[in-house]
Amino acid sequence: MAESSPPRTGFHLFRYAAPPEFFRLAGRAVPCFGVLALLLGGAGLYLGFFVAPVDAQQGQVYRIMFVHVPAAWMAMFIYVVMAFWAAMGLVFNTRMSAILASGLAPTGALMAFLSLWTGALWGRPAWGTYWDWDARMTSTLILLFLYMGFMALHSAIDDVRRADRAAGVLALVGVVNVPIIYFSVQWWNTLHQGSSITLGKAPSIATPMLAAMLVMTFAFWMYCIAAALTRARAIVLERERDSDWVRALAGEGA
Amino acid sequence: MNWGSWSEFWNMGGHGGYVWSAYGVTAALVVLEVLLLRARLGRARRGSSSRRVRPARAPGGQGG
Repeated sequence: MAESSPPRTGFHLFRYAAPPEFFRLAGRAVPCFGVLALLLGGAGLYLGFFVAPVDAQQGQVYRIMFVHVPAAWMAMFIYVVMAFWAAMGLVFNTRMSAILASGLAPTGALMAFLSLWTGALWGRPAWGTYWDWDARMTSTLILLFLYMGFMALHSAIDDVRRADRAAGVLALVGVVNVPIIYFSVQWWNTLHQGSSITLGKAPSIATPMLAAMLVMTFAFWMYCIAAALTRARAIVLERERDSDWVRALAGEGA
Repeated sequence: MNWGSWSEFWNMGGHGGYVWSAYGVTAALVVLEVLLLRARLGRARRGSSSRRVRPARAPGGQGG
């Protein structure tokens, strides 16, 4: 799999599709995303706990929303991005695409788990139950299983290229679940409440609450980018460990 | 400012257990993911892998 290095002159879009270039560039981007995540997270927590007022109906427990909603959004969003890279990998057979899909999966699974966990802890005081086979909760549980299935299938196949393709197909098939989650509160009138904000409509929550939720969402977003890029960098090194550039890297780090 | 005192803050209107379990587990799992990722990247950087032992070339390769 040895590859000549791309030409150094001029801008070349696909340069960053080469693993060494990705490794270098992502290494410079990750600290930026990490710092942004910390700053936004601090600001979001301050807004969420000290600026946003108590909720008239739910009291203080509604503040779980500021982790629940960002985690749930990121769980859905990461799945779409993962399926996109899986599709790119299947169609164009580019190495970095499948690595990015694999880099996203565990972070997406974490977000899906956190949305279920925080939802359960919010559901108990708000609705009187930790869990119900409600349309949105059930489809989010399926999302978690899809992430876990992607990772399990990938690690079960030894040949990494075949693992990429099989897991990529699973990711693509599972993407139909994302609109089901998103529209579940409209399609089925079950326990979970409707959206707090919908594009093109006025939000149904107070401005400081909305601000806290959005800032926390951006914090989660930046964190997820940093985590997925770091995992993708590690996967690049693991897959290319016999190449000259990775050996050189290991040599200079010793 | 929403809180008269720290104990009022931690109490969260009687729902402190729910709120802090949600935030605590979120924070703990995020920190855990960061630590696991750092360890994995460090391992990969040293060129070692679980699947194959590289030739005894690197000095002081104690990193598993």
